[in-house]
Parts: sequence; C-alpha cells; structure tokens
Amino acid sequence: MSALLEIKDLEVAYGKILAVKGISFTVGEGEVVCLIGTNGAGKTTTLRTISGLLRPKSGEIWFQGTRIDKVAAHEIVSLGVAHSPEGRRIFPRLTVEENLLLGAFSRNDGGIKNDLEAAYDLFPILRERAKQPAGTFSGGEQQMLAMGRAMMSRPKLLMLDEPSMGLSPLMMQRIMTTVTTLQQQGTTILLVEQNAQAALGRSNKGYVLEVGKVVLSGSGQELLHDDKVRKAYLGED
Amino acid sequence: MDLFMQQLVNGVTLGSLYALIAVGYTVVYGIVQLINFAHGEVFMIGAFGALGTWSYLLGESTSIWVLPIMIIGAVAASTGTAVIMERFAYRPLRHAPRLAPLITAIGVSVFLQEAVRLFYPGAKSKLPFPQIDVVTGPAFKLGGVVIQRAALFTVIALVICALLLWLFVNRTKLGRGMLAVSQDPDTARLMGINVDRIIVVAFALGAILAGVAGVAQGLQNSNIDFRIGFLAGLKAFTAAVLGGIGNIEGAVVGGLVLGVVEALVTQYTQYLPFGLSAFGGSSWKDVWTFALLILVLVFRPQGLMGARVVDRA
Repeated sequence: MSALLEIKDLEVAYGKILAVKGISFTVGEGEVVCLIGTNGAGKTTTLRTISGLLRPKSGEIWFQGTRIDKVAAHEIVSLGVAHSPEGRRIFPRLTVEENLLLGAFSRNDGGIKNDLEAAYDLFPILRERAKQPAGTFSGGEQQMLAMGRAMMSRPKLLMLDEPSMGLSPLMMQRIMTTVTTLQQQGTTILLVEQNAQAALGRSNKGYVLEVGKVVLSGSGQELLHDDKVRKAYLGED
Repeated sequence: MDLFMQQLVNGVTLGSLYALIAVGYTVVYGIVQLINFAHGEVFMIGAFGALGTWSYLLGESTSIWVLPIMIIGAVAASTGTAVIMERFAYRPLRHAPRLAPLITAIGVSVFLQEAVRLFYPGAKSKLPFPQIDVVTGPAFKLGGVVIQRAALFTVIALVICALLLWLFVNRTKLGRGMLAVSQDPDTARLMGINVDRIIVVAFALGAILAGVAGVAQGLQNSNIDFRIGFLAGLKAFTAAVLGGIGNIEGAVVGGLVLGVVEALVTQYTQYLPFGLSAFGGSSWKDVWTFALLILVLVFRPQGLMGARVVDRA
C-alpha cells in the first residue's frame, strides 16, 4: 500500500504556543487510520492543518505525491481531501439538500445528482428530511449530514473529527458502521476519536498523541491490547 | 386621504432608494462583518458613472434608449470602485482587528469624495443630471396623488433588483456559497469555497444595486454632486440596521419602512399636541426618524427582520 497522505515533522503553533510538536505519520491508500489522545493532544489541530485551515510552523504535508501545506483550503478539497469537522458544523439555516450540495461545491462534473442519491442511500433519514433546515436536527442526524456532505466532494481521503461525540451508544454504533462501509467502498479514512475502543477496533493503524507528540503507534489491534492504551483511554486498571 | 396617500408614495420612493443602497451594507456585513462606510460613495460614483457615460459616450441624447447604457455605465463605475476598494483597502486588513477596516472605510469614503471632486470635470459644484425621455417629464396623476416618473423608475428598479438578487442568492451555486460563508466561513472553506472570491462577489452585488440607485437619484433630483453619498449612505446604513443587518430581505424592508416613516413624519409632526409641533416638519424629520430607529433597536436589537443568529450545534 502506497502512502496517500504523509505528514513529516509537523509543527503547528497558535501564536507562541506550540500545539503540534513535530509529529509524523502516514495514511496508506484504502486504510482507516485513527488518531487518539486526550483533549489538547493536537488531534483537531492536525486535521485542520491538513485541510489547510491552519498553516504549519514547520514540516511537510504530502498528499498523493503533491506537497499541500501551502495550498489554499478550497483547493485542497479539489485534490481529494474532505474534512468533516469537530462539532459537525453543518450550515444550520440551509436545508439538508443545500448542505449536501455545498459538499460538492468544488465539482463541476455531471455526477453530482448520483452522489446525492448515494448520500441519501447511505443515510435514508436525510432523504426524508431533504427540504428541512439542518439546524433542527439531532446530533446524530447532524453527524450523518456532515459525513454525507463530506462524501459529496468524492474524496480520496475522508477526515472525520470526533464523529461519535455526544451521540447515544446506538447512534455511535451506526456512525462507526458507516465508517467501515465507506472503507469497503474504497475511501481512505483518517479518524480522530475519543472513543478509542470503537475507533481502534476498526483501524488498520493507530497513533496515540499526547501534548502534541506521537507517543505510541501500531496496528489497531496492537494498540487495543497495549497496557498503556488500555489504562489511559479504555478506562481499565 | 389624498395627502396621506401622497406621503405614502413619497415614502415608498425615498425608501426604494434607501433599500437599493442598504442591500450593499447588509450583504458585505453578512459576509465579512464589516460596515463599509464607503458604500455611500460607491452609490455616488454610480451616479457620476451614468453622467459620464451620457456626456462622453452617448452624445447627450435624451432618448429612452440611452437609459440602459447609462445604467451599465453606472454599474461599471460603482462595481469597479467597490472591487478595487475591496482588493486594495480591505483585503490586506482581513486579519486585522475589526477597528482597522472600519477606520479604513471612513478614509476610503473621504478619498473617493475628494477624487471625484478633483478629477471629474466641473464636479466642484452641482452638475445637472440628464432628464431622459419616458422616465422623466410630466408626472402621472392618480386621483389627487402625484407620481413622478423618476419615482416609478426607482420603485420598479428596486423590485427588479430585489427579485434578481433573491434568485441569485437562493437559486445559484455561487449564491449558496455566499450563504455558507455568511453562516460559517471556515466550514465553507472545507466545502471548497474560495472565500476571497465570495467576498468580491458580495462587494460587487452591493455595488450593482448602488449603481442603479445612483441613476435613480440623478433622475429624481435632476442634479448630482460629490457629496450625495454621505447622507444617502447614512440613511441606507440606518435602513440596513433597522431591517436587521446581514439580512437581505431586512435591508429592503428596512429601507421602505425608513422612507415611509420619514415621509409621514415630515407631514404629520406639525399636528403634534403640547407644543411639540414646534419640532415638526421637514427640518426635524431626521430627528424623529432616528428617534424611531433608537426605539426599534432598544426593543428589537436584532432589527425588524432579525439578523444573523448564531445557532451552530
């Protein structure tokens, strides 16, 4: 498997405060890779830097052999990176369908209608509520919309930031199953999760971040059975 | 009753002009949260653009057929000004504290007034604005109510512009991008929307309507000068706030309400009891109008139509 995304010695700062302190990792084509870690570990900052919302202080980001750490955010989307942000960030006063179509904003091909149907097939509830303003949705429904919207750009790499945050166990299960479905359909996924159990169980690779550094990495199963991970993130003694 | 209807007609005319300009304040505010105080000057330059087109390109013909070309000239001048202003005055300050672009806007406003005064031939004093056939001339009479032709032009211009704008914002991809940027700029970027481009579109849209307003103003007043942008801009800004700044429908409603209130206040404050009538008539109209604005904002700070609400989950 060749590396779709490669992060080299990435450093990101907010003013003088270094939030990401030289992390490196790779995401191979077709993999699910997860970043776990506590609040403030730098997971969200890393994703926001990859998608171009933040600029790195130093280090490199390569996507499909192209260096993207100086490319504008809206162009990174066209290259094939979709980012479903933390807190879902759907457009509350636009309808479900308008939200989904915005996901395809960078595209001009004729396949948008088909992909809209594909998003509705993935989450049928979105089809039922296509004309409703998205702000009236529950957290789980908003998460489905955010994921559907991200898929509308036909990404090669889908980045999901805390998709299960604040969801009921049932809804969380549903979202995590969708992650697997999307992987089977050929989408590469970079997943940031607090719920380490569910995330690692589905990941080919995992990286544990602590205060801006990768402290541990390995296959999903290895990390799931690692003592330190079990203590720190799975709440076991 | 005729008197009331007459003031209503006057108010709607005045209000249509305010509304055309107010849209520019509100669209730009909705996208970049900047009160572009130089927008009144964009309107003024629109009027001069129309006059210049007429004087130098159209051989001073007053046939109705020159009107569309004058409007194009006005819109080209106002839009060009707005786009250049955005590029060179505001974009470099995109990440500066909000006070910086605000002060810049005032500076741009003075700059544009002085530029027109110095460089437009004869602009040191009032310049006559061409009285075009059909849209100026003998007024219509409806019972006892007089409707000026230029007034009709203004109202129709507002209706057409508002309709086209609504279609643009709600029915086109670029319009949907604008809505997205106004709700959440960062997430809009994640959708592949070029926010810089949307900002230019917002400035241009406001300028197009302001250019049309410039023509309407010239036709109504039969002369223009480099200072017309100041008061019109102030009133239009007030209208935008009254309607709920950031809300396009609000700007239109706010403009019309402000115009009607102004007309009615001018007419009826002279009948006020308790000696208050001393504060009546046209010289006090702005006082009453702004008093009303303050009242509205005390009880409904978000404006009549409600403004941007942050209802992010």
